[in-house]
Amino acid sequence: MINKTVLNAEDAVADIQDGATLMMGGFGLSGIPENCIAALLKRKIQNLTIVSNNAGVDDFGIGLFLKERMVKKMISSYVGENEEFERQLLNGELEVELIPQGTLAERIRAGGAGIPAFFTPAGVGTEVAEGKEIREFDGKHFLLERALYADFALVKAWKGDTAGNLIFKGTARNFNPLMATAGKITIAEVEELVPAGSLDPNAIHTPGIYVQRIFKGDSYEKRIEQRTVSV
Amino acid sequence: MLTKEQIAKRIAKEVENGQYINLGIGIPTLVANYIPAHLEIVLQSENGLLGIGPFPKESAVDPDLINAGKQTITLLPDSALFDSAQSFAMIRGGHVQLTILGAMEVSEHGDIANWKIPGKMVKGMGGAMDLVASAKNIIVAMQHCSKDGQSKLLPKCALPLTGIRCVKKIVTDLAVLEIAPEGGFILKERAPNVSVDEIKSKTAGKLIILGEVPEMQFD
Repeated sequence: MINKTVLNAEDAVADIQDGATLMMGGFGLSGIPENCIAALLKRKIQNLTIVSNNAGVDDFGIGLFLKERMVKKMISSYVGENEEFERQLLNGELEVELIPQGTLAERIRAGGAGIPAFFTPAGVGTEVAEGKEIREFDGKHFLLERALYADFALVKAWKGDTAGNLIFKGTARNFNPLMATAGKITIAEVEELVPAGSLDPNAIHTPGIYVQRIFKGDSYEKRIEQRTVSV
Repeated sequence: MLTKEQIAKRIAKEVENGQYINLGIGIPTLVANYIPAHLEIVLQSENGLLGIGPFPKESAVDPDLINAGKQTITLLPDSALFDSAQSFAMIRGGHVQLTILGAMEVSEHGDIANWKIPGKMVKGMGGAMDLVASAKNIIVAMQHCSKDGQSKLLPKCALPLTGIRCVKKIVTDLAVLEIAPEGGFILKERAPNVSVDEIKSKTAGKLIILGEVPEMQFD
């Protein structure tokens, strides 16, 4: 069994350079790679292109990168919870590519699966379609969308083993398994790291083949954006 | 005029037994509170869940369980979890039969705009473009007029579009309207104590009135 473990977040992200393209898992603040984010913040690298469904909030997640001016370009589907983001965008300090969420997911999936492009109905007739090839299939129009790739994919799982096999929990799965397939180097941080052979093979969501580095995250804040409770 | 809760309550009457349904943020989320208990339906959350349960008790809040509005939720005994590609495969594949979402503008041809106000607000489309491109039935929940009194039912949308020729029905605080295949808003029902004339004056797009327009009924 190939051992993918690295000591900690600092070691895992040590070779990420200025100008890198990073995919970062998570939906809102759920399932984000908190420990990798903290380690990258210490290194203050710059000109990052970040592929992530959202951009965090002002003082947590990717919002912290924005505050430190580490990001050149965001590729996202929804960025509504972040004032600093909106400020940088409206001032022209940040490039942003907004993509329909399903198209974003499929572009990442395609990138990891060796599919260079695909047709989707999402965005036909809107500004998302500008400059893209449109084809008709069975009487309906579709856009040609290209696959997405990244230098590094940073993903967060619930459990993982030393061979890089991953299991996610709840809705913290979201973009993580897709991004794991589309990074040249995929770094997985997990809440619980176990020896290879201790996870049920039936239960594995992401096979270790996609993961190059794995470590146990020191701590997880798991901040909640909208705490809604019933009485 | 209907309250937000009443708009949600009226939309809940459109739900059919056996449907898989995606509810957008805002008024659409409230629809879940009014779906009759005898209907077997499943709510889809595009961040990766079929079978959205109620909000948790304080002691059961789990940051790893949220809906697409980032609210904490619970699982049901028959829930299923999956990743974002799977989630949108079921949306684009037409497996989610009903989408209920909010809008800033709807045109008389069923075009919808709800994601961007150039120069002012850039939040992104999230999953809305995928949803409106694919669901068999799309119902919009919104106020009839904007805060400054402008009609949101237009001949043509002025804001950047989310999707074209996709909205089937609109429920506002004043009326229930359907998009006519040849274009136009067919006035199907009016809110209690709201006249046809008032709806006419607040609808900028082509309004089609076919005979007597009944008042909405609430159980």
